[in-house]
Amino acid sequence: MRAFTYERPDDMANALVAIGKPGAKFLAGGTNLLDLMKVEAETPQHLVDVSRLPLTGIDEADGGLRIGAMVTNTDLAADARVRERYPMLSRAVLNGASGQLRNQATTGGNLLQRTRCYYFYEPSAPCNKRAPGSGCSALHGYNRIHAILGASDACIAVHPSDMAVALAALDAEVEVRSAAGTRHIKIADFHRLPEATPQKETTLNPGELITAVILPAPPAGGQVYRKVRDRASYDFALVSVAALVDLDGERIRGARIALGGVAHKPWRALEAERGLTGATLSDDAFAAAGEAAVRGAQGRGHNDFKIQLAARTVARALSDAAKQRKA
Amino acid sequence: MTVDVGLTVNGAHHELKVDPRTTLLDLLREHLGLTGTKKGCDHGQCGACTVLVDGVRKNSCLNLAASCAEREIVTIEGLGNEQNLHPMQAAFVKHDGFQCGYCTPGQICSAVGMLNEIQRGLPSAVTADLKTSTMELAENEVRERMSGNICRCAAYPNIVAAILDAGGKA
Repeated sequence: MRAFTYERPDDMANALVAIGKPGAKFLAGGTNLLDLMKVEAETPQHLVDVSRLPLTGIDEADGGLRIGAMVTNTDLAADARVRERYPMLSRAVLNGASGQLRNQATTGGNLLQRTRCYYFYEPSAPCNKRAPGSGCSALHGYNRIHAILGASDACIAVHPSDMAVALAALDAEVEVRSAAGTRHIKIADFHRLPEATPQKETTLNPGELITAVILPAPPAGGQVYRKVRDRASYDFALVSVAALVDLDGERIRGARIALGGVAHKPWRALEAERGLTGATLSDDAFAAAGEAAVRGAQGRGHNDFKIQLAARTVARALSDAAKQRKA
Repeated sequence: MTVDVGLTVNGAHHELKVDPRTTLLDLLREHLGLTGTKKGCDHGQCGACTVLVDGVRKNSCLNLAASCAEREIVTIEGLGNEQNLHPMQAAFVKHDGFQCGYCTPGQICSAVGMLNEIQRGLPSAVTADLKTSTMELAENEVRERMSGNICRCAAYPNIVAAILDAGGKA
């Protein structure tokens, strides 16, 4: 690990000043940052520890919830209101990482965790995300876990979060603060596609700190989070789907579909959602939505299987969500 | 640069000056000589380094020592000793919950933290009804909740039996 200096400011104002130091990064739970520092994929010169800032509340806000950025994954998944009103979010968080990691990882940090592409973690391998301009080793390498949607020739990495997939389906917003003030970013606009600059993963500006995630009032309908992975527990998604189906008798009033493990960001399948609106409840309608969700998907060899897997997982998640609604 | 870290380990307070890069795991092993806590992968993937921080199980390899200032740490040495085993340690002996033993301190600290999480009503990925606030200690729950602790000898059946026994479900 490269040497760095460390400070833990007493309050937010001091943290927002401290982040202006050369090479400074915020440290929250550290479960991903510290790991990346050990392999020198991250080399901050200065760490500003924000883990004890008073951002640990979950509060009612305009019919929804405001989740403080330092709320741990464990506390988020266990919150009675989240379990009752946003079960897909609770399920998504519980399906990520391990008990120990969820006890430490934070809501803000989860959004900023970086890809688990093995070439990103290997400093001797070319990687445009870690060393811009060096090339993408995954493009013609072993790319079983990589993206099928929204990728570029510069990067085919995927975003690894489960939590963020549910947030995408729930139309959450990210509250960020800097010395210049507070602003809100829609979750759909928070993560970037790789294009030619995969080193830029979010639309955060330098010096901005995530202070909260805001959930709008819970949408009507049954909610499901379905994750497909190589191991039954403690593994990243090959494909995951957050699905919501709202029914009016046998008619689908509305649906939401977000996918994980398939793109550089949580992937919202809006076209598939539109195709379901007003349709009659049937397995065929859900299968068609699955096909629509992967329209334009591109395999890279080892990950070709993900295209059909994603289509089928979408169909199954929608079917399960519809059953929840009927039950 | 060094940072000052004051923290409590197994009931004893320590004041140390450490390189900011020092993890809680390295502080325990290299600075305090508490080698019960094991370094397995050093990347949060194996759970061998699990300790209790303010009563909550965490991977000590993914905590900077500096971030643990003023925290109360309990390691395997603080749970019990040869004359007076912690009930979880006794259950692991009774059920032969190990072979080589390298993962065992992490398994035991993790299991102690995990039982506490069940008592607090925290759900897991296999909890069927998210709306219930009383969690049942059952084999599938133990397997899911302990998935962050890898045993390469694959003593899992006996580890699960030991934890169920210590949790009163033998």
